[in-house]
Amino acid sequence: MNLRFERGPAPLWMRFLIPIIAVAVTFALVSVLIIWAGASPFSALYELLINPLTRNTARLDILQMATPLVLTGVAVAFAFASGYYNIGAEGQLYAGALAAAILGPQLENVPPIIAIPLMLIAGFIAGALWALPPAILKVRLNVDEVVTTLLLNSVMLFIVSALLYGPLGDGMSTPPHSPTLPMNAQFPQIIERSRVHFGAIVAVVAVIALWWVFTRTRFGLELRAAGLGKEAAHFMGIRVGRVMLTAALISGGIAGLAGVGEVAGMHYYLIDAFSPGYGYTGIIIATLGALSAPGVLLSALFIALVNRGSLSASRELGIPAYLGDVIQAALLLVTLAALMLNRYRIRRVE
Amino acid sequence: MDVDAVAFIASIIGATLRIASPILFGALGETIIERAGILNLGIEGTMLLSSFSAFVVAQLTGSLWVGLLAGALTGVLLSLLLGFLAVTLGLNQHVAGLGITLFASGLALFAFRIVYGGATVPPSLDASFPQLQILTDTVLEPVFSHYALTYFALALVPILSWMLKSTSFGLRLRAVGENPEAADIAGVNVYRVRYSALILGGALMGLGGAFLSLATVGAFTHGIISGRGWVAVAIVIFGNWQPWRVLAGALLFGFLQALQLRLQAEGVPLPYEALLALPYLMTIIVLAIAGRNASYPAALLKPYKREG
Repeated sequence: MNLRFERGPAPLWMRFLIPIIAVAVTFALVSVLIIWAGASPFSALYELLINPLTRNTARLDILQMATPLVLTGVAVAFAFASGYYNIGAEGQLYAGALAAAILGPQLENVPPIIAIPLMLIAGFIAGALWALPPAILKVRLNVDEVVTTLLLNSVMLFIVSALLYGPLGDGMSTPPHSPTLPMNAQFPQIIERSRVHFGAIVAVVAVIALWWVFTRTRFGLELRAAGLGKEAAHFMGIRVGRVMLTAALISGGIAGLAGVGEVAGMHYYLIDAFSPGYGYTGIIIATLGALSAPGVLLSALFIALVNRGSLSASRELGIPAYLGDVIQAALLLVTLAALMLNRYRIRRVE
Repeated sequence: MDVDAVAFIASIIGATLRIASPILFGALGETIIERAGILNLGIEGTMLLSSFSAFVVAQLTGSLWVGLLAGALTGVLLSLLLGFLAVTLGLNQHVAGLGITLFASGLALFAFRIVYGGATVPPSLDASFPQLQILTDTVLEPVFSHYALTYFALALVPILSWMLKSTSFGLRLRAVGENPEAADIAGVNVYRVRYSALILGGALMGLGGAFLSLATVGAFTHGIISGRGWVAVAIVIFGNWQPWRVLAGALLFGFLQALQLRLQAEGVPLPYEALLALPYLMTIIVLAIAGRNASYPAALLKPYKREG
């Protein structure tokens, strides 16, 4: 008797097993690095995944760290689900941050209840506008959006840097930053003695919006149909181009919100290169979360846990904190490979 | 024209070549891989990790050439990883490639910390590659004083162009990038050719990364690649997937950078970021103009599954 892999739908239990297998394989792989760093994999695992959950301050850190990740994850999921591969969340995030940094200082005499929605709207529009050119090129001229969105990330970084060293910088600090936002334009903290800010609520609303659009609206149905196959969606009477364009703009807008949150809720001004790649991590999160709302939320929290945990592991065990980045990326690659298991079933061969 | 003007132009040309050559390695590697039907977005991270491994190995062995080899080997290994994900498993090439960039970048910075600790001054090399100089002591000296690797990068252009156009390997490579089904029927092993392209292209990307840490910079820093891999991806499109035009794209990029550095040094009040952003914007414009006519390898991004 032999076991053989065959093409076909995997049994249901496999679908639940895949994330567990992926996490286990990833940690087995990175334990090589942990040993190289001179630590025991088991104590590292404890610092990475368990220790942060045992302390209240660390738990709150995770919420704060997850805020931009949830937003970029939702942003990427919106686009990817429609078949539009928006790799530009990083640039769109900076566009939103830029809008917040420019608008914020003008709102000194505007009450927060108006100022904060204005900041969010401005950031959403800025992100969507930065997402617009590649989306139009894709829909109208069939220009590959991956390359254009990716290149615009670098362009936006140059713009931010030029503005900070020029008109937007306050001219006093090095590295330069934009003027500090007035109190009215700053996101309030929502949990005492923590850095969890109003952006966390925005992130939760974004997740709910993603869930609602995908499962309860006609647009969501059309969007996912376009993502599953353009031709088929077209024959069903769906205007694929328009759906994709809308998805791309929403995606850019939500990524812009992540940027607003970082400026208005964390730093209170814009600095050069403040994002450690939230836009790219959004791609990891959306993929790990299978482009679904609960999946995105869980993956963002998990990645934030690993990020927070890698800080503990760095402090307690002397493992470089870059371990967190390696784990995220390895988890993405392993999960992608493991998803293949979904397409096979195991058969006994006599 | 007076001597000063000639000297100025000569120094700009020299700087253009110096800046262009590591990117040319990367862009030629990407060209070969894309012509076989695979988009390698792992290039940015591949160049960073190669740059690091080359540097460490050169320091440990005391030989720049061994370091260079290590850089190329790193490129090959990461490229093979992409091959496993994108060719063997047939996964989404965008996500797999980006995943490799994130993985390799994280690994490079992690390893840097372990090997060099929290050193604030980046470690540097004592030795440097010999420069091949022609026309020394003339005003044209800067045009022709470069590392041998620069000349090698330039020499690769006609070699790869010829390989793609006129050799049977080149023919098979283009066939699997344009129409893998037809190539398969004609008896070409699609998987093997795609893996060969990945190995060759990955080695070139690795050389590009190694070039930067071993020669151009002479040290390893976190920002040593800072988007040069993405520039290479842009240049491949700009160059319409043809080695000669890719060379033109790399030189144009090098020229803009050289000009930018020069203007900055002269204190010309100009947002130099505008010049840095220009190659990216030009690539997007080229794509917009070429639109549907851009001669993408037809099977780019399409995994090939051989029917049982």
